[in-house]
Amino acid sequence: MKSFRVIPGLPLTLGYTLFYLSALVLIPLAALVIKTTQMTLAQFWDVVTDPIVVASYRLTFTASALAAAVNGVFGLIVAWVLVRYEFPGRRFFDALIDFPFALPTAVAGLTYSSLYLKDGWIGGFGPRVVASVNALAGWAGIAPPLAPDALDWLTFPFTGGTTGIVLVLIFVGLPFVVRTVQPVLLEWDAEFETAARSLGASPWTVFSRVIFPEIFPAWISGFALAFARSIGEYGSVIFIAANIPGKSQIAPMQIVTRLDDFQYAQAAAIGVVLLAFSLIILLAINGVEAFARRQERAA
Amino acid sequence: MAGAPIAKVVSRTGSARPAPPANPLIRRILILLAVAFLTIFIVVPLVNVFVQALSKGVEGYVAVFHPPEAPEGATLTILQKRHFGEGAAQATRTWNSIGMTLSVAAVVLPLNILFGLAAAWATTKFHFRGRTLLTSLIDLPFSVSPVVAGLVFVLLLGRNGIFGDWATHLTWPDVFSLHWIGFANGPWPFAFGRSFTGVIFTPLAIVLASIFVTFPFVARSLTPLMESLGSDEEMAALSLGASGWRTFFKITLPNVKWALLYGVILCAARAFGEFGAVSVVSGHIDANDTMPLRIEKLWNEYNNQAAFTVASVLALLAVVTLVAKTLIDWKTQGNERTSEGVSDA
Repeated sequence: MKSFRVIPGLPLTLGYTLFYLSALVLIPLAALVIKTTQMTLAQFWDVVTDPIVVASYRLTFTASALAAAVNGVFGLIVAWVLVRYEFPGRRFFDALIDFPFALPTAVAGLTYSSLYLKDGWIGGFGPRVVASVNALAGWAGIAPPLAPDALDWLTFPFTGGTTGIVLVLIFVGLPFVVRTVQPVLLEWDAEFETAARSLGASPWTVFSRVIFPEIFPAWISGFALAFARSIGEYGSVIFIAANIPGKSQIAPMQIVTRLDDFQYAQAAAIGVVLLAFSLIILLAINGVEAFARRQERAA
Repeated sequence: MAGAPIAKVVSRTGSARPAPPANPLIRRILILLAVAFLTIFIVVPLVNVFVQALSKGVEGYVAVFHPPEAPEGATLTILQKRHFGEGAAQATRTWNSIGMTLSVAAVVLPLNILFGLAAAWATTKFHFRGRTLLTSLIDLPFSVSPVVAGLVFVLLLGRNGIFGDWATHLTWPDVFSLHWIGFANGPWPFAFGRSFTGVIFTPLAIVLASIFVTFPFVARSLTPLMESLGSDEEMAALSLGASGWRTFFKITLPNVKWALLYGVILCAARAFGEFGAVSVVSGHIDANDTMPLRIEKLWNEYNNQAAFTVASVLALLAVVTLVAKTLIDWKTQGNERTSEGVSDA
């Protein structure tokens, strides 16, 4: 213990760290809690169970869960492909994974909303397919087989509900699953795989019974990180969501709406609930990681 | 590790033996799926930014920053005058937003670098009670919604806030207005040209909110490396009589310079691009607009091409960030591999 005292600077660095942390993070966060405690419990309950607020929570969680689920599946595939297979452009795509961290969320929201608009590259895809199928039918002399609005669910979220929000949240959470699973796959010893294969297991059995249990803790914590990130996301969603209270308004938008109306206490109450959810997810991730470490030590 | 949007890719030295060959069909399908997913969700949106920005050609792109001026001596109708005036006003606001983004980053970055170094030094060189709690608290801003990050400052320093009375009357100088006034007024030859009153809805609030959201990046990228390096080299230097500062600048800083740069790059990218927290404390005042806020305003004015032009500048910055980050990844991995090779031999 005494050897550590040789290094100087503990009072200075620790003091500065604590001061900076308290002044800029802890005291402001405490303000949120204090502001909320100024309400009575009944008032607080009224605010956070208001149907519009509940709808915004529900939308936040559904959209985040859907986006995290898509990232869970595709993130695993991407991580697997990047680690296991050699193909042209592998390093390019590997570097590209971190792009959602580097790109400002406002830019992401802007380009996504323009892409999925009716006349955007991807948003116009459904009507364009309908038009060409019908044109083909007309050329062949048959009645148009598709109604003009048959594929409109592929267009912008005004018609597709939460689609647009989910799409942009997929972008925002994309790196998490890939970047948590990738290191585990890299360190994975292929010997176990060879052994399982030589004992007659099919590739699917090998994956689901041998490999997946190994990467599961990393995968689930990547999933949870993507989910947690999506819950708080605002910058990108504001561009793509219609921002109709109770319909297409996520929880952070509800906070901003309250702030614009100078309803500070209400905004604080919604913020506290949002913060509580993020902290619960954070604790859950830490729990999973601690559990995985214990398993590893036991093995 | 929870809440960290920083994940370094481990070098490919893990598996001792090659994996059994994969079914070529499955292999091809998986590669196709992965590439299609990344193309649709990352490449196409990125390309779209530049295509939309250039939708009115290069002149249209340049016009966002340098609008065409009325020809000299021409007689203009009222409508034409208004058109040219409007273009100039828009360009001025865009330039202001660029200036605001850069000056906020110029204040936020040094403060966070200083904090990151201090926090990493305190938490890796010493073992004290509550160390784990401290590192978790440093990571806390990662799990707070940006909107909540802005909200807390409004609740603390806004008009009805807890320190509202004090904060709304606080007068502080604009650090970028510091200029030379000579020695006529005393021994201190500099003075501030401009000052602000209040905190919320001024650039100071934008700085505070930006610090909150970029808080952990530098500490985060330094801590694991300093943890693994240990204190042996520092102790050697100190026992040979070097001072603490000298040890820090000659031993610690060179050892962690790449990790530091890595953290600074991530911190800068976030500071340039933060939207939610800054939006809440900016009060939607034109003078407070950073580039992301400017993009939203242009988009709401249906000025799509201009919005995409400003966005393309940020997107270009993101590409530069990514390239720098990738180069550092490769460089540090290369170093690890050579040092491993040395220890093997």
